[in-house]
Amino acid sequence: MAMLEVKDLHVYYGVIEALKGVSFEVNQGEVIALIGANGAGKTTTLHTLTGLLPAKQGSIIFDGKDITKVPAHKIVHMGIAHVPEGRRVFSELSVYENLIMGAYTRKEKAEIAESLKTVYTRFPRLEERKNQRAGTLSGGEQQMLAMGRALMSKPRIIVMDEPSMGLSPIFVNEIFDIIQKVRETGTTVLLVEQNAKKALTIADRAYVLETGKISLSGKAEDLLHDESVQKAYLGE
Amino acid sequence: MSFISYLKDGISLGSIYAIIALGYTMVYGIAKMLNFAHGDVIMVGAFVILAAITKAGLSPLLSVLLAIIVCTVLGVTIEMIAYRPLRKASSNLAVLITAIGVSYLLQNVALLIFGADAKSFVTVIDVPALKLFDGQLTIKGITIVTIIACIVIMAGLTFFVKKTKPGRAMQAVSEDRDAAQLMGINVNATISLTFAIGSGLAAIAGLLLCSAYPTLTPYTGAMPGIKAFVAAVFGGIGSIPGAMIGGILLGVIEIFGRAYISSQVADAIVFAVLIIVLLVRPAGLFGKNIQEKV
Repeated sequence: MAMLEVKDLHVYYGVIEALKGVSFEVNQGEVIALIGANGAGKTTTLHTLTGLLPAKQGSIIFDGKDITKVPAHKIVHMGIAHVPEGRRVFSELSVYENLIMGAYTRKEKAEIAESLKTVYTRFPRLEERKNQRAGTLSGGEQQMLAMGRALMSKPRIIVMDEPSMGLSPIFVNEIFDIIQKVRETGTTVLLVEQNAKKALTIADRAYVLETGKISLSGKAEDLLHDESVQKAYLGE
Repeated sequence: MSFISYLKDGISLGSIYAIIALGYTMVYGIAKMLNFAHGDVIMVGAFVILAAITKAGLSPLLSVLLAIIVCTVLGVTIEMIAYRPLRKASSNLAVLITAIGVSYLLQNVALLIFGADAKSFVTVIDVPALKLFDGQLTIKGITIVTIIACIVIMAGLTFFVKKTKPGRAMQAVSEDRDAAQLMGINVNATISLTFAIGSGLAAIAGLLLCSAYPTLTPYTGAMPGIKAFVAAVFGGIGSIPGAMIGGILLGVIEIFGRAYISSQVADAIVFAVLIIVLLVRPAGLFGKNIQEKV
């Protein structure tokens, strides 16, 4: 059984139907890419998944439990961490405080300290800047902080929305390297990306979202060589 | 010596404004709304103390505790019934108008229960006056208590917000509500807690206000409430030290205006100062200039 199963999801913004029956699944340990043009419904899908938006119809099953109506603040407790689009770090708080905020639902102090050490090992820049206000970090560093913050909840699946957006090519490569490493530790990854090429290179499977519907799905490698995908999303 | 005497009166009045302003500023910072009923919660607190002592015969300490509990519950209830359903409304105006409505509701309910005539407040705080400079300067007990209360509340709140887990949740909600939810923070519960703290402080402000100026009517809270709002904006709304400094400055300006210029225009001076500050520093003294992010 899939770890995460999204079935026939319909979501509205007022009267506008943003998702028109989206279905996909994510298995334990996979990296799944969700690609598509601007406005196709990628962010909407993730927001519905983590409870920031209500679904009008359809269901989201995680670990066999229906989480469609679970409020956003309880989702992270279930093992789903969301790295939102535009990083959304707490800019007034220090890097360290942001990371601790990521462990908000956890109680064991020793375990939190352990996770903090792991995050600092993975992102040495964050440790160097731990007392700096998050708002003063560069875009790439903020992205690392947002990812580190999500990892502090010790998630079973991490959902990332456009992690490479607006970053310099060096940072983009670094971010994708980190995603690889995250998956190597056994954490499942659901990745939304406009950089379809990069996303398809590291993903196992992928879904193409087009105006609120899944138009294509399959092995990432196959999609990378699919002519229609190349034409529409890879600019070839 | 009269200058020092006015200064001390100003700081004392300003400390009361500061405590009220803290309620405004915390609610604004976290729930992003102006709770114009906040001033009237002060009046409710004062009436509870008065009734508990004169009608129920409770001890002053118990009466104050009772008022804090009543105001806390009242604040949380107002938020839940009147403001929460509007939180997702497209316009902030809806909740602002509701707050004004709640303010009138509280005043009129108090009018129904206690009547319109001014009641004289009882002595709750009995601390001897301090005589300095061979009796040239007398500092009333209530003045000392007020200033100490203000400092203690300020320090306590700062510690709470910066160092405790619910306090940090408040900071997170204040900055980014959605991101806070993704951390597992219950935004509704955090906003309720903010209202609870603000309203509990309003009860204390009611006690201090009516101890310093011992007449009580259903409208007692309205003007200090508005002035405390001015103080919060003056200091930079959303900022805890801003509310404190803004409150004290406002109290001092008001008393000096009353003493050296004219007691009739003292309130006008207070609002003129607000206008000038906002012209020069739109975000207030301690406010952050929020840059719109793309």
